[in-house]
Amino acid sequence: MPNLELDKLLLSRGDDGRAIPGSIAYWYSDFWTYIQLIVETIFMALTATIIGAAAAFLLCFPAARNLAPNSVIFLLSRRFMEICRGVPEILYALVLVFAIGIGPLAGVVAIAIHTAGALGKLFAEVNENASLRPVEGIRGVGGNWFEEMRYGVPQVMPNFVSYTLLRFEINVRASSIVGFVGAGGIGTELNRVISLYSDDRVVAVLLLIVLTVTLIDLLSERLRTHFIGKEHFA
Amino acid sequence: MLTTEKLTKNFKTRNAVSDVSLSIPQGQMVGVIGRSGAGKSTLLRMVNRLAEPTGGSITFEGRDVTALRGRALLEWRATCAMVFQQFNLVGRLDVLTNVLTGRLYHHGFVASMLQLFTASERAFAIRALDRLGMAHTALQQADTLSGGQMQRVAIARALVQEPRILLADEPIASLDPLNAKVVMDALRTINREDGITVVCNLHTLDTARSYCDRIIGLKDGVLVFDGTPEMLTQEMAREIYGAEADDAFAEGLTSTSLGGVPAKQRLTERDLAKNAQLGLAAS
Repeated sequence: MPNLELDKLLLSRGDDGRAIPGSIAYWYSDFWTYIQLIVETIFMALTATIIGAAAAFLLCFPAARNLAPNSVIFLLSRRFMEICRGVPEILYALVLVFAIGIGPLAGVVAIAIHTAGALGKLFAEVNENASLRPVEGIRGVGGNWFEEMRYGVPQVMPNFVSYTLLRFEINVRASSIVGFVGAGGIGTELNRVISLYSDDRVVAVLLLIVLTVTLIDLLSERLRTHFIGKEHFA
Repeated sequence: MLTTEKLTKNFKTRNAVSDVSLSIPQGQMVGVIGRSGAGKSTLLRMVNRLAEPTGGSITFEGRDVTALRGRALLEWRATCAMVFQQFNLVGRLDVLTNVLTGRLYHHGFVASMLQLFTASERAFAIRALDRLGMAHTALQQADTLSGGQMQRVAIARALVQEPRILLADEPIASLDPLNAKVVMDALRTINREDGITVVCNLHTLDTARSYCDRIIGLKDGVLVFDGTPEMLTQEMAREIYGAEADDAFAEGLTSTSLGGVPAKQRLTERDLAKNAQLGLAAS
């Protein structure tokens, strides 16, 4: 545990630039490194969510039982999404670190793959609950399958946005984990301090992660209610 | 000329439509009557190919509609517009865009994905809305409209398809009497002024009598009556409706007793040509 002493708690660095043991400044001497890594983690989550949600969006229409153009495409897209989400992102990250190299890119790709599968399934289920009347209306005027999807299914957008934001929260947590296998983000640092048995730093990093995740959760919850509320009363 | 030859659709346990042979000349207003479950909707949906026939054939001007595939099928659906009981508009889009979806068949992939419509198409859509007295709602979101208004928007959407045939599947079944009259009047005006064949499923006898040139009666999927409204006697109607007869007549006397003004005479070929010139071709 961190060694904190009440009388030295708020002391700043001394004249020689060294922090005094027992102060917060000593405990969090790598603060800016952590912040940099946490920002990297959030960016990883953001990128992975955007890429994954885009893939999920493309997959969810053929993967919805009521919208799929035929059963072969339906089964293919369903199975593909299962492969994507069936493997935990940390395992994908492990493989991709070998394939792409150590760094955030491997983590982003790993999380994006998992997101595409998980979010695609949720999107597809939203689609399966959508009213088919507008779709039939578009089919009736001679629209092709793409036009049926484009015009017939905007009713699902608020749900899609809400699920994507929820997934972003999950991905922030996931991207702080994938660093354990060298795929970038705060996880790399966490893994390092754990392996050094530097327990005060482990607590320091964990506290920052918990704080970040809580902040992101609160923020995205606000955004989600804003979106759903706005759609609801429009 | 729209012809069906022994048109049949069977579901697992029963025949929804069996051996219906019809021939409808261009420009006729046809009412299809029958009790619920008699196969009226199935018949109409087969003509538009929203439902696949299991037997028989449909021909339009010498072309076998039942054999159409791919883009030719989409073209047929664009030619043969459909108006639904539940309107089937896209509630979250505005009225104008809903009407413009009637032009989708004529669009390229990119233009329709980006919802790009030309100025002349917009003008055409506004004119169609205006004909139905709905132009003032053009920028409203479609699901804020009332049922009668939605159905008129749906008819405007059908109009911008520039169809040869307009199929209406119970267009007034979920409307109040006043809106029902507005919608039926609109369908008849379109039929008389544009020369578009209108085939309309109706639940009540009275509406069919006052609006249609020809009435077709279906009972359990079988064609039991085909003739002018005058030929439809009380006994015949009782046979078509069976146990629901009293309902159909009672309703005819009250809620959907539309009466209305007598139908206008068909316009001459010259009027039709003039109307066509005012249409999209000119814009």
